[in-house]
Amino acid sequence: MGEEKSHYLELSENPVQFEHASSVNNVFFDEANKQVFAVRSGGATGVVVKGPDDKSSVAFRMDDKGEVKCIKFSIGNKILAVQRTSKSVVFPDKRSLKLLKNQSINVNWYQYCPETAVILLSTTVQGNILQPFAFRNGTMSKMSKFEIELPVIPKPAKLSLSERDIAMATIYGQLYVMYLKHHSRTANSPSAEVVLYHLPREGACKKSHVLKLNTTGKFALNIVDNLVVVHHQSSQTSLIFDIKLKEPDCAVNTHQPVLPARSIHPYRMPLAGPAVVPSQPPVPCQLYSSSWSVFQPDIIISASEGYLWYLQVKLHPTVNLLQDKGKLMDFLLRRRDCKMVILSVCSQILEGGDKGSLPVVATVFDKLNQVYKEYLEAEQSYTVAMESGPSRGSAAQKRPVRTQAVIDQSDMYTHVLSSFTERKEVSHKFVIAVLMEYIRSLNQHQITVQHYLYELVIKTLVQHNLFYMLHQFLQYHVLSDSKPLACLLLSLESTYPPAHQLSLDMLKRLSTANDEIVEVLLSKQQVLGALRFIRSVGGHDNVSARKFLDAARQTGDQMLFYTVFRSFQQRNQRLRGSPAFNPGEHCEEHVVHFKQLFGEQALMKPSTV
Amino acid sequence: MLMISPRMASAMQEKQYTPSLLSFFIYNPTFGPREGEEEKKILFYHPSDIEKNEKIRNVGLCEAIVQFTRTFCPTKPAKSLHTQKNRQFFFEPEDNFWIVMVVRNPMIEKPNKDGKPPTIEYQEEEILDTVYGAVVRQCYSMYKLFNGTFGRAMEAGGVELLTQKLEKFFYRYLQTLHLQSCDLLDVFGGISFFPLDKMTYLKIQSFVNRVEESLSLIKYTAFLYNDQLIWSGLEQDDMRILYKYLTTSLFPRHSEPELAGRDSPLRPEVAGNLLHYGRFLTGPTNLKDPEAKFRFPKIFVTAEDGYEELHLIVYKAMSAAACFMISASVELTRDFCEQLDGLVGPQLTLLASDICEQFTINRRISGPEKEPQFKFIYFNHMNLAEKSTIHMRKTASVCLTSVHPDLMKILGDINCDFARVDEDEEIIVKAMTDYWVVGKKSDQRELYVILNQKNANLIEVNEEVKRLCATQFNNIFFLD
Repeated sequence: MGEEKSHYLELSENPVQFEHASSVNNVFFDEANKQVFAVRSGGATGVVVKGPDDKSSVAFRMDDKGEVKCIKFSIGNKILAVQRTSKSVVFPDKRSLKLLKNQSINVNWYQYCPETAVILLSTTVQGNILQPFAFRNGTMSKMSKFEIELPVIPKPAKLSLSERDIAMATIYGQLYVMYLKHHSRTANSPSAEVVLYHLPREGACKKSHVLKLNTTGKFALNIVDNLVVVHHQSSQTSLIFDIKLKEPDCAVNTHQPVLPARSIHPYRMPLAGPAVVPSQPPVPCQLYSSSWSVFQPDIIISASEGYLWYLQVKLHPTVNLLQDKGKLMDFLLRRRDCKMVILSVCSQILEGGDKGSLPVVATVFDKLNQVYKEYLEAEQSYTVAMESGPSRGSAAQKRPVRTQAVIDQSDMYTHVLSSFTERKEVSHKFVIAVLMEYIRSLNQHQITVQHYLYELVIKTLVQHNLFYMLHQFLQYHVLSDSKPLACLLLSLESTYPPAHQLSLDMLKRLSTANDEIVEVLLSKQQVLGALRFIRSVGGHDNVSARKFLDAARQTGDQMLFYTVFRSFQQRNQRLRGSPAFNPGEHCEEHVVHFKQLFGEQALMKPSTV
Repeated sequence: MLMISPRMASAMQEKQYTPSLLSFFIYNPTFGPREGEEEKKILFYHPSDIEKNEKIRNVGLCEAIVQFTRTFCPTKPAKSLHTQKNRQFFFEPEDNFWIVMVVRNPMIEKPNKDGKPPTIEYQEEEILDTVYGAVVRQCYSMYKLFNGTFGRAMEAGGVELLTQKLEKFFYRYLQTLHLQSCDLLDVFGGISFFPLDKMTYLKIQSFVNRVEESLSLIKYTAFLYNDQLIWSGLEQDDMRILYKYLTTSLFPRHSEPELAGRDSPLRPEVAGNLLHYGRFLTGPTNLKDPEAKFRFPKIFVTAEDGYEELHLIVYKAMSAAACFMISASVELTRDFCEQLDGLVGPQLTLLASDICEQFTINRRISGPEKEPQFKFIYFNHMNLAEKSTIHMRKTASVCLTSVHPDLMKILGDINCDFARVDEDEEIIVKAMTDYWVVGKKSDQRELYVILNQKNANLIEVNEEVKRLCATQFNNIFFLD
């Protein structure tokens, strides 16, 4: 296992490239539109704006009216705002501004989260009382303020909370304020931690999670795929935390890193500029450089090199770093692009040297099926809500989103189980145990098992001549009744005669398979049995007389043919008042046969009554 | 409910004798073909205190009968010989090895006046060939389960070893034969299955698979609850005889401590931090005993290449029993037994209470068990499933039935009729008393119903049986 394979973080392959920062080129980043502004000579020789896609990239010139401190577009690149002095903002397009609301608070610094449109103000002398405001539909509403617990209270009081140590981000759909709490020699905190404050739309902000970093130094934070990524500059590694992963050994909501610290996957930059020689190899990029700037949620910018990357999580390397498969599943099930990784983990625990034991297999199945079941339930309640009319209910229900974490039976069958059952080196005992474990797990989650899984069980059992086992499974209805299954059993009859009975029982229980039962009995030349059966279920009036007569004649038993023939004549008499067969019944040849055997006079005469 | 036969009621002083075992012997005619060597043919003879020449005579007679009847049908020699006083059953389980059982017919002793010796009336038609023929076959199957075939003993140690083994086995086994209570159930040799919901069944599957995975020595597992089978890893025929042994011999022997009363519960064992009630029914009675022996009974089951010899570990927690079978070539140690106890004890205890809970829920749903109007025996030849509301719980000594032997005899007769033809049949019999007896055969299934309805007519009885089938057997294909 190469070190190469264990990097679970990487920089995006297609970074946004811009002219690197220099004495004549100032670079700005707008978090709201994710645009990089390269301003050459105060804009006189050009402003190049690069966004995440080509549509948001623009280039223009503007007059050099002094050093630009900040520059941004409004949404949709409609209005450009330039700040050159600390107290004025210029809009190149002439517009009028209106004061909507004002609040007077002494503010040390602010942070704005464009995703949720929440601004956070640092107030008081120490700066650790944070006042959030939310913007919505053109209004600004004050949210309840909260205090960040400082490691030490400075005396005399001075600004002790830096804007660099606070970040806002949405994790699992909830807004959090992340506080990077550095270690302090005086307080009882040997290493740094990240403290998460949950900021709900309504109600008070509460300290909710503590992420243990187990080290000290300079850190930066990103959020990728709902994971908190903590970069540590001096060790040039990163840690990831999943706030939903429960730590059994820790106090509530204290988290250890999910995985051991690893550096971001090495990145090579093609040499920039027109002077690039084709044969020249790309140079490795210096990771964790001091010139890096990190923005929420997942942006890393190297101004000195002119790159903007998105940070990404690679799931495949995590598989071998997390030995506890249950925990690994919990972790993977919450990731965005998890399906194929999860399926490969399933294959891995079933096959090869890394084979897990049955309890591990069971745990993994249970976790998958829990998510699967929740989705099915959501889907069902949506269907019910739609059927009962869209006007009913308080809010229009949204169709549940099927995430990659929903691994259904067909996924398991296609990607894991069908190939697993065919592997020669795995003992059939283990194969059957695994299939039964999967069926058990589905049942436990009240999920209807698909027919092809039963088929797989049956195929495996038949392959190894384990018919008695199959018989017992059917006896306890572990393999649920269905017409295809009954037909499959019928096909086994030649190798395992009791399959005939099992199949008939199943057809009987289905209660919608009376025609099939008749077919089976007729094929076994049990003509009277078939006749008795169809009578007992009240279908006698509708069956094809020809079918029965064919079967009766085939037996070569003349008395049987007589009985069946007479029985249908009686039916005709009852239904139509005449014992004769209708031409549509195509029984002419049987009438001829009957006459040949028993004579004209044996035919039932139309009753005169 | 035990009822009194009209005959017994009429003459109280009469004494009724049930059928009993007169003799039981095993011989091989090829072992002493020459005159004067006849004794060598006899491998086992019960009762042993019979005079040598009589033994030789009896064996010779059997031999002659078999030889003689062979001339009529070489492939099917005589199976039984009916005489006034007794009935003899012949069975050749392996080439040239014959087992013969002689049963004294039931009889009535009528006292005579004036001090004359009582008159004995033999009821030679009261016992059924099928029932006792099955008993003889069962004797052999049981021997084979614990010893392997006769041929195996011959290969291993010749006649000497075989006679030793026969002596050792049958001496005890014959004492447990209760010929007076043999009936149709012996013909079937069926297995009673415990009714269970799918989920609990899957949990048991999961348990069995996990135990077999962690204790990889275990080759086969069987799981029982309340003396009823839930899962068998053994093939059907092996399970059939093992089931017979477990339910008629091993479990009853161990039931007393459990029946001792709920007030004196078994001491739970503590494995790790888990409380459990698991204990070994075979092998060591107390694991903590430093003198404990880790020897288990050995059984022989069919395998691809003949038979295989296995240790039989029976482990029980509350009403759940698990049989683990391990190749006899492995020596079982204290370590292994402790490991098994620690792993299986807690899980089996939990499972047993799960099953019990589920069972109680199911019973509550289906309503309190009412004493049904009718009694029935059901048997399915395909999976050997049997169900009887006629028989009480089996004990070590006897199998109690709740109906008169006359009615049981009728059931046996109907069964013989069924055995003669392949087709589905229905037979309705009006017994001498108010009882109706109905036998139905559909495909591989047989159902016998005893109805006690005064003044019922044939149509009503037929309707009643249809109703029974619709309620009790609605989930199987049973032709009306």
